Amino acid sequence: MIDVNVSLSRWPFRRLPDDETPRLVKRLKEAGITQAWAGSYDALLHKDVDGVNRRLVEECNTHGDGLLHPFGCVNPMLPDWQEDIRRCREVHQMRGIRLHPNYHGYKLDAPEFDELLRLATENKLIVQLSVMMEDERTQHPLVQVPAVNTAPLSDVLSHHPAIPFILLNSQREVQGEALTRLAAAGNVYFDMAMQESVGGIEKLLRLVPHDRILFGSHAPFFYHESASLKIEESDLGETLRRMITVENASRLPHSN
Amino acid sequence: MIWDLHCHLSGVDGSTPDERIAMLMEYADRMGVERLVFFMGMNWSHEPTPDDLRQQNHEVLQAISHWHDRAFGFAYVSPQHVEASLEEIGRCIANGPMVGIKLWVAGKCSDEAIDAIIERAAELKAVIFQHTWFKVTGNLPGESSPLDLLTLARRHPQVPIICGHTGGDWERGIRAIRAASNVSIGLGGFDPTAGVTEMAVRELGARRVIYGSDIGGRSFASQLAKVKGADIPDKARQLILGQNLRRLLLPILREKGIEA
Repeated sequence: MIDVNVSLSRWPFRRLPDDETPRLVKRLKEAGITQAWAGSYDALLHKDVDGVNRRLVEECNTHGDGLLHPFGCVNPMLPDWQEDIRRCREVHQMRGIRLHPNYHGYKLDAPEFDELLRLATENKLIVQLSVMMEDERTQHPLVQVPAVNTAPLSDVLSHHPAIPFILLNSQREVQGEALTRLAAAGNVYFDMAMQESVGGIEKLLRLVPHDRILFGSHAPFFYHESASLKIEESDLGETLRRMITVENASRLPHSN
Repeated sequence: MIWDLHCHLSGVDGSTPDERIAMLMEYADRMGVERLVFFMGMNWSHEPTPDDLRQQNHEVLQAISHWHDRAFGFAYVSPQHVEASLEEIGRCIANGPMVGIKLWVAGKCSDEAIDAIIERAAELKAVIFQHTWFKVTGNLPGESSPLDLLTLARRHPQVPIICGHTGGDWERGIRAIRAASNVSIGLGGFDPTAGVTEMAVRELGARRVIYGSDIGGRSFASQLAKVKGADIPDKARQLILGQNLRRLLLPILREKGIEA
């Protein structure tokens, strides 16, 4: 199984049971994960982005046991952010990047975001965008971060049809017809870490084509078992289960 | 043994209570959930009228009527309508099959107006479930926090009460009710944030922690993960998944002659 949504380092507001990388890797292996795409919690608030990315790569190489694949941070509100994209590809040899527009303070109709997608396409990077990290109702009172407004995304992505674009933690904010429109907008994929309701994956399949859904856990912030049990709860059958948990991610451009 | 404290008929496919509970039971079977507690009907309002309460309880009574071997019902009541609530407790619990009460967001549970409802439920040994949240974005005007529940619990120290949602912001919720030994927490109805169950067991002891899902808005999966994925002893896991709820329900189940 490929988990496209895990994170390393420390969640800024509390310790998590699996926030030591060896322990997370053990948990992932026990769950049958053979590959996990890892961002860093440091990416949310740190400004030395290349320092974040270097530590992420080192942690994946040192403790990943071949399972962890780093997805770097790029913050287009920082000076010379374009250099971080180049380093992600050329220096760190990453296959993708993970964006946090709400923590970094830009909207999706900002020209910097458009430029970022252009450079990511040139560098053959998968782009992940995390719509939210935490329920807004439970955030720290001094650090309240609204979810990303994805309304401009369909239009922006129409200018970048080739880029593999993955929305993480999106289902609380992107629902119904908006979700279906976004799935049709380009090469857009969705993880299911925040898909809720009973039989949730079955309901997601009514809105999104089956080849656009990826297994993602949002571990270690969420108990990893949440994602695995969601696959078990929905009546998917072996073919769909395998597409969602393995094949859709493995077929993504730049994923190998 | 998995017993689910917190189940709804809303957010589920099907046009009738019977259709909806039948569908939910298919998912419960798949996830190994043996018994389920249902409360509130198919359409909700923050401030239900007495007619709303009756209608919603009627829907739950209808839903569980064919599932007595697996489904329990709690009567939905409101501190805004004490007399109507007492009538519903009489109709649904004293003279009906229900075994608990559910209080939602119509009025804060710290208000003494609620006491007549609590006392009547306690007389019947009915289990009391109070929704709570600590929302940094702001609670609804009548929405209780765990601190409101603490106030209520201290007025009724001999009455077991369940703190629904653990206050959502569980790091605060667990602390808020920690000192009130008659309060247990319900784990259902918030994100499967890692560490909640470990902290709850550490601070409250496993006997005060109860699994629930908050289906159909939530999944069994995400809520079971809080218990199945927690780094706690297996004995604690068994208490949380079913034994604690069974223990709380046993007195009223015995009075009603229900085997469990």
